[in-house]
Amino acid sequence: MIGRHRHLIGLEPFSREEILEVLDLAVSMKEVLSRPVKKVPSLRGKSVVNLFFETSTRTRSSFEIAAKVLSADALNWTAAQSSTTKGETLLDTARNLEAMRPDVLVVRHSASGAPSFLARNLDCSVVSAGDGAHEHPSQGLLDCFTLRERFGSLEGRTVAIVGDISHSRVARSDLHALPKLGAKVRLCGPPTMIPQGVEQMGATVHHDLRTAVAGADAVIMLRIQHERIGDPLIPNTREYSKFWGLNARKAAEWLKPDTVILHPGPINRGVELSSDVADGPNSLILDQVQNGVAVRMAILYLLAGGAGEGSRAGKA
Amino acid sequence: MNTQSEVTVVQGGRVIDPASGVDGIRSVVIRDGKIAAVAERTDVPAGARIVDARGKWVTPGFVDLHVHLREPGQEYKETVATGTRAAVAGGFTSVCAMPNTVPANDNTSVTELMLARAAAAGLARVYPVGAASKGRKGEDLAEYGELRAAGCVALSDDGSPVMSPSLMRRALEYSRAFGLPLAVHEEDLHLVGKGVMNEGPTATRLGLQGIPAQAEDVMVLRDLSLLELTGGRLHICHVSTAGAVRAIREAKRRGLPVTAEATPHHLTLSDQDVAASDYDPDFKMNPPLRSEADVKAVREGIADGTLDAIATDHAPHSPEEKKLEFDAALNGILGLETAFPVCLDLVRLGILTERRLVEALTISAARCFSLPRGTLAVGADADLAILDPVLAWVVDPARGHSRSRNTPWKGKKLIGRCVETLVGGRQVHRLEESR
Repeated sequence: MIGRHRHLIGLEPFSREEILEVLDLAVSMKEVLSRPVKKVPSLRGKSVVNLFFETSTRTRSSFEIAAKVLSADALNWTAAQSSTTKGETLLDTARNLEAMRPDVLVVRHSASGAPSFLARNLDCSVVSAGDGAHEHPSQGLLDCFTLRERFGSLEGRTVAIVGDISHSRVARSDLHALPKLGAKVRLCGPPTMIPQGVEQMGATVHHDLRTAVAGADAVIMLRIQHERIGDPLIPNTREYSKFWGLNARKAAEWLKPDTVILHPGPINRGVELSSDVADGPNSLILDQVQNGVAVRMAILYLLAGGAGEGSRAGKA
Repeated sequence: MNTQSEVTVVQGGRVIDPASGVDGIRSVVIRDGKIAAVAERTDVPAGARIVDARGKWVTPGFVDLHVHLREPGQEYKETVATGTRAAVAGGFTSVCAMPNTVPANDNTSVTELMLARAAAAGLARVYPVGAASKGRKGEDLAEYGELRAAGCVALSDDGSPVMSPSLMRRALEYSRAFGLPLAVHEEDLHLVGKGVMNEGPTATRLGLQGIPAQAEDVMVLRDLSLLELTGGRLHICHVSTAGAVRAIREAKRRGLPVTAEATPHHLTLSDQDVAASDYDPDFKMNPPLRSEADVKAVREGIADGTLDAIATDHAPHSPEEKKLEFDAALNGILGLETAFPVCLDLVRLGILTERRLVEALTISAARCFSLPRGTLAVGADADLAILDPVLAWVVDPARGHSRSRNTPWKGKKLIGRCVETLVGGRQVHRLEESR
């Protein structure tokens, strides 16, 4: 359980305390990852199934490593893109996997709401690894973890999220979590990529990158998905890059010297982010990847009901 | 005269018949399937069947301009027999069957099959709606003359819009030769894109692709504009947006020959219910549930008569088509058995008068397609609904009469229910649980 929750479908229903519970535990999990022997027996005998309906390398690997470090058995199941093409429904696939008695089912799906649909119909805990444009809660948590690690606290900090907000589940999870930890969120992108009514989720909306990043403590750059071009949300990547991409010159002129740069990956180098910024001293992009494992260990530990007293990772 | 005529007397009920201006405790005398008298005091002939309607409403049988009976071709969802069984259980004695069957009702043999199945079932009257274009493909005109001769009462490509403005123009023009209204499903498919729910803050939060209200508005405005050019009769199906209501109100003020309908769900549910349902596809339909401002506008449209009729858009689907992720599920919900209580709520909320509610379900609907229904006038066929306006019940889809179960009201307590239905004076439904 994470607070009151048996599942991690999204961060919208999570309170500040519930988010902090995961982040605090992730601190000890990160310590485990720095040991010479990266293995603790906390989830021995537990099993985690990764069910991915969308291709993913980093999120799936991250969950897989997290499970293995905790000594859980991890199974990866990559399913056809959509249930209808395969002739087996999402529910059938999930029920088949559930029959193998996993403790946690990690699911990624292109349809928003697919993880809650499974949570309603299955007995095991369900963790969303991203659903449509809805939420990507473990990414939201690792973004919070990474920023908190850098700043100590997010209280009073300003975070700008730049890119295709309409189609971004990362932006939505960040938007549900960051303000609960005291940060202000600005969203920036071309008007075609800002969804209707997103201000109601507690962010300010900007179309001018310079205004959006001015004075910000952190900038989260989102990947521009090539399939959106010609949708038509933007004319081409060249123009997008010119107005909404971040390069060393803009960073030097527009950002505070200590503003950190995040990106959920994979990066389109030269489109939303130039290499010198992505690889620069203020980039936390690789920290995010490492922290992702620690945060996912915390999530799996809490939901798989790690073996009771005294088995906490730090003491293991 | 036949001396052995069959007589039924419906006694003691509150008769609400907006078509003849009656609202009060009356007895309805039915002789040989026709209304013989509606009076405060009547003699009961010996041998007459007596129906005790004390505490009930007695109204003309409801007329539904918009149902999907799924036969021929999709009998696993519904048949004419099961659909009309659901109809009479909900108080509907006449239903207009949409042509998106398989094959489409764009020819007389499909129309005849529907009518034959309806006659065999012997429940509600079925009025087929013919396709506006061949195969509902939006390319060529269907045979309107033949369709009317076979029994079609209107033309529609419902389920799909007529995207081509030139075909729409010709359809309106050509329909004038046969006096049939064109019933239009208004959505600009380019604006709809991959949308699955109403565009707005709720869709943004849920991460579902939005359908802007303007996808409906621009098509309504286009067709009202074409109507000025062509004449003919335009009927706008399932109006769901404030913009469409405004456009229709203005067109009626200018005297354009347009009628319109709204569904019980667009009158009572909003896109916020999609969120509250946690992506339940039984809240997915087309047009989608709109914003609360749109719901308010549609309610005002029904209340002031801008929207003539309440029509259910009864759209049965199997669990295989509904118990899926929201994106993948088909559009549509059941409506026939829940329409009355769901809309009665609008009376309790002070939005509709009882008279207007009954009018929108009966005579106003019948007039849209020139059907000789929706009244208890002397001489009319005795199609009646007897309704208990205070009976509370919980919707259990497994106990419904439709072959399908896709209703957003499952498990909800509703107040008001049809307890008996007569078609041509013959009892076709009686609620067993009422005793």
